[in-house]
Amino acid sequence: MKISKEDVEHMAHLARLEVDDSLVEKLSTQVSGILDYIDILKNADVSGVPLASGAALQTNVFRQDKVEPSPGPSVTLTNAPDRDDDFYTVPKVVG
Amino acid sequence: MDLHALTIDQAKKLLASREISSVDLVSAMLDRIDAHDAKVGAFITVDREGALAAASEADARLAKGEDAPLLGIPVALKDLLCTTGVRTTCGSKILEDFVPTYDATSVALLKAAGAVILGKTNMDEFGMGSSTENSGFHVTRNPWNLDHVPGGSSGGSAAAVAAQMCTASLGTDTGGSIRQPASHCGIVGLKPTYGRVSRFGLVSYASSLDQIGPITRTVRDAAIMMNVIAGHDPKDSTSAAVDAPDFTSALDAFDSQGLSGMKAGIPKEYLGMEGLSPEVEKAFTDARKVLEDLGVEIVEVSLPHTAYAVAAYYVLAPSEASSNLARYDGVKYGARQKGADGLIDMYKKTRSKGFGPEVQRRIIMGTYALSAGYYDEYYGRASRVRTLIMDDFSKAFEGCDIIISPVAPTPAFKIGENVDDPLTMYLSDIFTLSANMAGIPGLSVPCGVSKNGLPMGLQILGKRFDEMSVIRAGYGFEQSAPSFPGLPEL
Repeated sequence: MKISKEDVEHMAHLARLEVDDSLVEKLSTQVSGILDYIDILKNADVSGVPLASGAALQTNVFRQDKVEPSPGPSVTLTNAPDRDDDFYTVPKVVG
Repeated sequence: MDLHALTIDQAKKLLASREISSVDLVSAMLDRIDAHDAKVGAFITVDREGALAAASEADARLAKGEDAPLLGIPVALKDLLCTTGVRTTCGSKILEDFVPTYDATSVALLKAAGAVILGKTNMDEFGMGSSTENSGFHVTRNPWNLDHVPGGSSGGSAAAVAAQMCTASLGTDTGGSIRQPASHCGIVGLKPTYGRVSRFGLVSYASSLDQIGPITRTVRDAAIMMNVIAGHDPKDSTSAAVDAPDFTSALDAFDSQGLSGMKAGIPKEYLGMEGLSPEVEKAFTDARKVLEDLGVEIVEVSLPHTAYAVAAYYVLAPSEASSNLARYDGVKYGARQKGADGLIDMYKKTRSKGFGPEVQRRIIMGTYALSAGYYDEYYGRASRVRTLIMDDFSKAFEGCDIIISPVAPTPAFKIGENVDDPLTMYLSDIFTLSANMAGIPGLSVPCGVSKNGLPMGLQILGKRFDEMSVIRAGYGFEQSAPSFPGLPEL
């Protein structure tokens, strides 16, 4: 399976990554190589096999919907690169 | 007495009898880090003041006759476990200045047990790698031979224990990231059953595969660490509501009953596998004989879907990663690149500058595998193959108590050897990553040293939640193996 440079650029956009031309070339070769290898999965007979669920627990986990103390915005926003009082700030979204 | 070379078990006895203090022990480690870490590169952050303060506090408690499982013991943490007030980088530039406001549950449990946190160890960025060459900060070198990798992704945690810069450490294992570096560094690493140890406060890579576990000098120390970190945590909905046993009783079980009656399976698909080095094969054959001499019955088992394991893993893990790493958007935490033209551009600039090449490669891979039109072909198919691999192990364990294999197909490779060849690097995970797919526990215990002086490890896998058999067999092997690697000279 070959992945084109346009595919790489599209995936990069979906993943919100900016890749320059030299990197697009390299990524398309490397990812194509990995996808070629992954094609081996087509030989596995998976008809009627369910999707894997949690690796260990076979049952759902429930808990009481009880309010627990929260650290609050002054703590939660400590690592924000840019903030205004108790709000995160981001670049302008609408014109 | 070389304080830095003590095991947890030895150090605890000397601390309890007041022959040494925790400050002595922690100072010995800090001296060792000062003397050797410039060449090994095991640590990203050393919390000198915090460690010495915690050691003094431990000494005050010891003076009052108090006891706790790790009271005064210096421990290092892989740098993806959140630590209040101590930066947690995940080996990534995007989290270079991230200082958590809470402790991971495993870290809180270590602190409650009296452990002294020395610092945070180097790793492949977000756990993505098998060599610790993918760190955003520096390369870690193998203490046995500085031209070779220590393995990865918990390479810093393994190198720190082997180089005697800490008494024990925590790592995490998504496809072998505890067991493989432990094997390459000649020490012990245990990946517990998925759900055995809380993942709360562990920065996620692939949430259905990640698990935290100990890296230590002996199997006994791994059991002591497990007694502290295992158990249910309401903050992690995937942590299992099952009682943790006293893992050290598995050592007593060997001391009183040996290993007779135990059955060890060897998967026929693993024998004569392409890429298996003759030295690793020989070390494994010798290890098998040691177990046989201890009364273990060796049986052949089959894991028929082994040939698909690496491919399925490298669809599932990057898919989960591409989703998990969407949170690094330059808004809530981490670095934000300046000079962007609008929000989307800010995301792109921040993420491209912050993530290294392997992380970006896996995000692209995962995005592709999950994208419209390809989901069933890649993610769906890989997930179904994972079910088949889980079933393989369930069936194999009907005929045996443990499964044995080498940890890695070769001893540690040279730094730079596989950097531009991601696929070769991925294939080196063949013996370890199936255990993550199946959620079962696995131990790496040293079983020999190559001609070039590089250690090799024996892997012992067990049934879900049966770390006891794994620890018992690993301890029995460790007590009986003729060629234990000892400690490297630095």
